This record gives sequence, C-alpha cells and structure tokens, in this order.
Amino acid sequence: MALGALRANRLRSALTMLGVIIGVASVVILVAIGTGTKQQVEQQVEGLGSNLLLVVPGRLDVGAAPAVSPLTLADVDAVVRVVGDRDRVAVTVASGATVRAGGRADFSTVQGVLETTPAVFTRELARGRYLSGSDVDTSRRVAVLGASVARALFPDRDPVGRQITVAGVRFRVIGVFAPLGQSLGVDRDDEVHVPVTAAQRLYGTQRVDGIAVKAPDRERIDELGDRIVAELARRHPGTEFSAVTQEQILGVLGDILGVLTGVLAAIAGISLLVGGVGVSNIMLVSVRERTREIGLRKAVGARPRDIGVQFLLEAVLLTSVGGLTGMALGVGTALLVDALSPIPAAITWWSLALAFGVSAAVGIVFGVVPAQRAGRLDPVVALRAE
Amino acid sequence: MSAAPAIEATDVSRTYQLDGVSVPALRGVSLTVAPGDYVALVGPSGSGKSTLMHLLGGLDRPTGGRLAIGGREVSSLSAAELAALRNRTIGFVFQAFHLLPRTSAVENVALPLVYRGVGARQRRERAAAMLDRVGLGHRLNHRPNQLSGGEQQRVAIARALVTDPAVLLADEPTGNLDSATGAAVLELLERLNAASGVALVLVTHDHEVAARARRRIAMRDGVVAADSAAPAGERHADAPAAAERPVELHDRPASGGADRPDTLVPAPSAEPRSASGSGPGHPPGGSGGATGATGRLPRPADDRGAAS
Repeated sequence: MALGALRANRLRSALTMLGVIIGVASVVILVAIGTGTKQQVEQQVEGLGSNLLLVVPGRLDVGAAPAVSPLTLADVDAVVRVVGDRDRVAVTVASGATVRAGGRADFSTVQGVLETTPAVFTRELARGRYLSGSDVDTSRRVAVLGASVARALFPDRDPVGRQITVAGVRFRVIGVFAPLGQSLGVDRDDEVHVPVTAAQRLYGTQRVDGIAVKAPDRERIDELGDRIVAELARRHPGTEFSAVTQEQILGVLGDILGVLTGVLAAIAGISLLVGGVGVSNIMLVSVRERTREIGLRKAVGARPRDIGVQFLLEAVLLTSVGGLTGMALGVGTALLVDALSPIPAAITWWSLALAFGVSAAVGIVFGVVPAQRAGRLDPVVALRAE
Repeated sequence: MSAAPAIEATDVSRTYQLDGVSVPALRGVSLTVAPGDYVALVGPSGSGKSTLMHLLGGLDRPTGGRLAIGGREVSSLSAAELAALRNRTIGFVFQAFHLLPRTSAVENVALPLVYRGVGARQRRERAAAMLDRVGLGHRLNHRPNQLSGGEQQRVAIARALVTDPAVLLADEPTGNLDSATGAAVLELLERLNAASGVALVLVTHDHEVAARARRRIAMRDGVVAADSAAPAGERHADAPAAAERPVELHDRPASGGADRPDTLVPAPSAEPRSASGSGPGHPPGGSGGATGATGRLPRPADDRGAAS
C-alpha cells in the first residue's frame, strides 16, 4: 500500500530519495576513504618492522617543526653501546637532491644510511644488493634506488651497475628496492639510499637526523628507550630527545585519522540530515495532497494508527530505498576511487550498517510528524477537503 | 420491529465551536434506522442533514444525547474503536465517489477489508464478487480514470457493501451523475437494499430521489422537521416538494400499501407518480406546514412499526 503511493508519484519519490541517496553515498565514500587511509598508514607503520624505537631530537609532536639535529655518528656509536648490537641500530640523514642518469633527471629524497637498514626496517630488494659495512666505512659512492627513481631514470634498462649523479657527484647503482607504494599521497618509492658517510660528505655535514633501534623484545622497549634518551641527554646537555615506539606513532596517527574520518562523516551526515528534512517536507505535502484519501480510508474503517503507520512506512520506505541506493552508489564510488586513484578506500561493514540504519532512522524521525498529522485528521474535515 | 435498530439516536445534538462561539448544528434529534430501512434524509443546506449523516455514520460524535450504532454507544468509544465500528457497520457512498486514483477497481473495493485484517487473496475474491454483484465483474482491473461516472459510483457502492454492513449511507450518490446514470445507480442501491437487507440512508436534494424512499426524514434548523415512514405510494405523490416542505406529507392519501412492492423496481413506476404529484406539491406557506409536520411526528413511528 505504501509502495503503491510512492510508485504513483515516481518523479517526486525519486527526487526526495535523491537527497537521502547523496547523503548516504557521501557518508559511505568519506568513511571508506578515512578508514582506508587509516588502515594503510597502520599497515605501513607496522610494515616498518617490529619493536621499533625511533630516537629524534626534540619532542615528537604532530605539527612541531623538526629540530636541527645535534646528533653525529659519535652519538650513534654511543647508542650502539647502549643497545649492545650494531645490527639493531639504523640512522638517517636525509635531503632532497636531483638524481640524474643519462638525459633523465628525478628529484628525490637521498638518505644517508647504515648497512643495517634492511635489518632494522623491513625493506626488500627487487634486484642487486644493499649497502655493505665496507661501503659505509669507506664512504663508497654506491646507491640503492627506490622503485620510482629506478623507473624514472632507467625506464627500459636494468639500473644495477649503471652510473648516476647525485647533486652532481657520481654514484654507482648497486641495487633496486621492491616497490612500497604510497602513503598519505606521498610516494614512498621516491628515495635513494647511499652510505651515511658518503651522504654527510655530499651535504657537507656531520649531523645525523634520526636514529632507529630495533629492540630485542617488546617488554624492554620502553626501558631501552629511556636509557638511550638518558645517554644522549648526557652527551648533549640542554637538548631534549625522545624515543617513540610504533604503538605511540600509530596512536597519534590513529587519533588524527580517526578525528578526520569523524569530521568527514559528520559533514556527510549533514547532507543526510538535509535529505531527511526533504523527506519530511514531501511527506507533509503528501499528507495535505491526500487529505481526501485519508478521510476516505478513515470512513471505511482505518484507525488513526493505520493511517499513521501507512505514512510512516512510506517515509521509511523512501529513506530505506534511498539508503540502499546510496550505499550501492557509495560502495561503487569508493571501489572506483580505490582502484583508479592513489586515495585508498576501504568499505567496512559497520559503515554500511550505520549508513542504512541512519537513513531508516531519518525516515522514522522525519516521518513521524507528517504521519501523526495524517492520523489525527478529522475524517469529516478530510472528506470535504479539495 | 423484531430486530434491534441498526442506528438509534436519542435527543442527539451537535454543537460546533467556531472562534469561541457555539454554533448548534443539531438540536435534539431522535430517530432510529431499522435493518433493511430505506430512508431519504432531506433538508435545505444548513439544516443539519450533513451533520446528522456524519453522526449516523460514526464519522463524528454528538456533543449531547445518545447515539448507538450497531448497538454500541459511540460516546464511549475511542477513535480506533469508532473506526472499527464504521468498518463493521457502515458503508459510505459519496457524491464525489472518493475512489483512490491509480488504484484498480478491485483494490478500491477491497480497501475496507484491509482494515479488517482480511488476507490479500480473500480480499480480492470478495471484492471481485462484490464488483460482479454491481455489474462490474468485467472491470476489475480498471482504474477510476478508465471508468465512467456511473461505473465509478458502482465501484464505490461495491466498496461500501463489501464488508456486509448494516447501514449504507449514501450522500448525494447521484449528484455527480446525469439523470439516466443516476437513475441506474439509484436502482442498484434499491435492489441491493431489497436483496441484502442493508439499511439504505440516502441524503439528497433531489425530490424525485427522495420520493422513492420508503421513509423520509426532513431536517430543518437542526431538528427533524418530519419523519415519515409512510408507504411508497403516499410519498411519491408529494416528492418534489419534500425537501422544502415536509409538511405536505400529511396531505397525501394513504394508498401506499398496494404500491410498496414497487420500490424494488422503482424507475418505471415512480416517474409518472412524481410528475402528477408535482402539481399539488407546491402550495405556499411552508412555515405553517412545518408546525403541522412536527405535530404529526408520532405517526411515522407507528407506521414504521407496521412496515417492518
């Protein structure tokens, strides 16, 4: 019965539903993007390796300007002594530089690192080899290319063994990383690893930007961090250092992305609300327009509740059908975005259930007033209506 | 009068509140509608006949007096109970048909059964059977806009009767129809009244229509000005003036006994009688007549008792 009335006014029903469709679709899409981004970031942080401790000068705070590091390779040696195992300590000194090969050029992040990097972080090579201890010790000008850099400089050749220049200095390619993909829109394959000693010479600096430590086990990770920070503070009085774990990074990033997802969902929710107001409006028009029908139904025995339920059902049907359509549209769009753009999108069941539940609830909430109005109409007055 | 009255009104009044002013529409109406009755409810606009019809149909509640429909006192019923009572006891036929647009004839007829909780298949069967009875068995799936006015009203009559009510309330059922179609619809109502025993209460302006009823209730100024259960022949003669001059009722010779069976086949026999009656049906001095009619109020009650 409710269906019949909606079918009778196809265009109006469709337009009314459009508001709900857009609202639900945007909720689904935006939540999917938020969730996808969060999942991706979490995966990547976890993919760095387990039991990681990142040691940086200053306080690790989102939005804080990165401090100029007072750390040197001597401090790295001190950290190695605290940890007791050189293979568990990685460093970086990073800068952007133009990398050239043949006629091609690519601006990428050139990182000076120790040979321990693949042991501390999880990095896999596609071909060639990684830096060795002697490469670092002798400041050998050898480089391992990220997948993007390799593709940009050597689109149709194997880069291993070839010459490149970094900021005008010649390096020999010894390996290529396996691709990592993107993170928050940043290409993680756009990097070049060179021995930290060679990088320091290249940049004319003694500094080390950060130290990463792979703790032997999870239980002692905080204690180890405290000892490293204490040692560095002793060596550099007046400078603050922090050691953060993956969990802490994930926590901070998770909070940010959670808030972001929430804000996106709230904005989309507003459009759903507007759609609900549209439903309410149309139902009120419908009640007025069908006053005589209501009067007739009451005359032949419809109770106030029957009429109310009929109109409420119509409203819920409108928003539910709109909600389902919006969900389909949202899921489709999210999958397209995920497949065709660098923006990750992940559909979660709870977001679909929520979107549908909210749209049905919108139907109830915004259908109640028109339904009550319809149910309370005086049949005598209703039958006389024009 | 062996059967209990279908509707029994005792000193019923209905007062409307308009901008804080009390406007009495009915001021103490007493009447009963017996099962199988055929009553014409007449009266000028503003006489209270619409109000009375709404009360008799359970669409509205009196503000004073007692009104029992199907044996149930309406003042004690909730809106939902009253709706259920309407569904069981009353069938409505309106001047403007009030069919649901874009809904097939059979679905329109089945509508009251929806509110009685009858299953879909049985609804359809009963609606189809009822449409067959009103001669529209071949039009089940037509929509109102595909039907003529007369057909639409017959669908409405089928809808009113599908619940097998005690009373059929028809409010100007021929008002929107041309005279030939109106006559056919009226015949149908009379046939159904005779065949099924449903009491037929006809609200009408049309004297010829009113003339065919077995009993006539004339309303004026919110009271029953005349209530006649006079035999058919007697009424037919003065029918044209009935609405305006209920007083004339008593001028008719009581020759109805022999004619009464005619009501079941009314169209041919009623016509000449109405024509002949229109002459004497217009004497001046209606107001004087009104008092006369009120003076004779006890009589119809007796006649009705005899008739049933």
